Amino acid sequence: MNDAAYARRKRVNALMLGLTAVCAALSAGVLFAILGYIAWKGASSLSLSFLTNLPKPVGESGGGIANSIVGSAKVVGLAGLMGIPVGVLAGVYLTEYGKGSRFAFLVRYAADVMNGVPSIVIGLFAYALVVMPLKRFSALSGSVALALIMIPIVLRNTEEFLRLVPGTIREAALALGIPRWKVVLFVILPTAGRGIMTGALLALSRVAGETAPLVFTAFGNRFWNQGWLNPIATLPLTLYNDAISPYEDWHRQAWAAALILMMFVLAINLTARLWLRPSAPAH
Amino acid sequence: MSAAAAPARTSPVERGGIPVAGPRERAGDRLFRLTVTGFAGVILLAAFALAWQLTRGSLQTWKAFGFSFLTRTVWDPVSNDFGALPFLYGTVVSSLIALLIAVPLGVGSAVFLAELAPRRVSDAVSFAVELLAAVPSVILGLMGIFVLVPAVRACEPFLSKWLGFLPLFRGAPYGIGLLSAGLILALMILPYITSIAREVLLTVPRPLKEGMYALGATRWEMVRSVSLPYARSGIVGAAFLALGRALGETMAVTMVIGNTPQISASLFNPAYSMASVIANELAEAAGDKHLSALIAIGLVLFGVTIVVNGAARLLIYKTEGRK
Repeated sequence: MNDAAYARRKRVNALMLGLTAVCAALSAGVLFAILGYIAWKGASSLSLSFLTNLPKPVGESGGGIANSIVGSAKVVGLAGLMGIPVGVLAGVYLTEYGKGSRFAFLVRYAADVMNGVPSIVIGLFAYALVVMPLKRFSALSGSVALALIMIPIVLRNTEEFLRLVPGTIREAALALGIPRWKVVLFVILPTAGRGIMTGALLALSRVAGETAPLVFTAFGNRFWNQGWLNPIATLPLTLYNDAISPYEDWHRQAWAAALILMMFVLAINLTARLWLRPSAPAH
Repeated sequence: MSAAAAPARTSPVERGGIPVAGPRERAGDRLFRLTVTGFAGVILLAAFALAWQLTRGSLQTWKAFGFSFLTRTVWDPVSNDFGALPFLYGTVVSSLIALLIAVPLGVGSAVFLAELAPRRVSDAVSFAVELLAAVPSVILGLMGIFVLVPAVRACEPFLSKWLGFLPLFRGAPYGIGLLSAGLILALMILPYITSIAREVLLTVPRPLKEGMYALGATRWEMVRSVSLPYARSGIVGAAFLALGRALGETMAVTMVIGNTPQISASLFNPAYSMASVIANELAEAAGDKHLSALIAIGLVLFGVTIVVNGAARLLIYKTEGRK
């Protein structure tokens, strides 16, 4: 009928849909650009001695980040030991005991609030909770901060996966006369085990890259880490300090540290997501 | 309503739970129930303790300055004179820049992923975008310092040549400043907007779309007049959620914003954000009053993110729950 108008509509259609494709390509492309650039800049500085040596004093070039890697493992490990059990068991409470209760509603709401609070504010809390009373920066305070970040993530994830466990399994186990706590621990939790573990892993990888709350809790350290009540170096903190330093050599080290951190985070994310097919709820 | 009180007429599972505590609850069961309840209580306790600690820690500041703390522009730790306005300004402006860039880009991507791309492409691209969210902020900051800032510095003269009639784009091309902070924040919030907008767009009922096609609409006309309006509140919710993230984002911003507490019209100038000042100054706070002022900024940040996230949840729920 009206060919010109029809052609115009077709052109607009193609243009706008083309634009959306460009948007998507840009969004996904950024990731690959970042990964590629880090690999390129980091690989040249990566060596075995970088992984196994301590940082050199200011002014000397070379040195490594061994203390930061161990420190990160310690701080994140302790955070996991504190955060994962609390998150998982609270998740058990919400699905297995808290249906419809007001207390469960409050807990869920508190978890949502904690989840939305910026990590720097969680860091402030850990500072007031641990650093101020002890009057010192410490590995422990860093772990407390990271654990507080993990808890709501693990909690919501556990809850999602426990909810997927069919009610018939619960009833079947209870009908056998098995005590409730055994049903939960040995039947329900294992059924949802994969999802829960994946969530815990993702939470660990998330906090392994956290820097902001550690700046004034774990604080950082250029020597071997001594105990839980002293300042400790972690990978993101060292990366940050190297990046904002004025030294060329430290910048180089920052890229290498970034590569290691990125590989760690990617490895966990890829394993978690491939291991657990799409049914996984996003964090 | 306690599930225990309900008569066991329907299946416990249909009622949404198995009876909690009957008269015959075993000792072991009771112990276990109390234990998990205790762990759940830890979270509640932590949230209250967080609010309480922030309030208590900042009391001194509120007493000294009252609400004018939020409107004063001085930040002088030496003479204990504090005002948070430059930080509020830096946080809000950099977050708004981020939203201006990330919302169109994210919604565009989401439309492509939800309406156009074949399932496999859509899944792969969504996966890549979600991985982008997993990149630690400090690594984006590193990219910011050594890649983004030089690039922005190179572009700023052109921006001021063409858009210099706006005060936003005037001044010396430092590279570091509000513009760089906004750009890097845009990158950080893009995954949230894309993945939520995609999910919301996928909930648009098929009959509505088919009705539009039956009227002879092109695919874009269908997207514009059916999908996007249907998903509007969800998309706005995604933007709010992203805003909540952007407001509290610390490391990447700290590394590129310039850390200068000033308010200036130009986006080229260095500024400072609330989260950044806490990260930079808390470890070596000069004294009680300085510490208290920093905690006060933390309290403001806490309050703002609660409000923003609450609004986001409400909006997203409104769309996704409509199905």
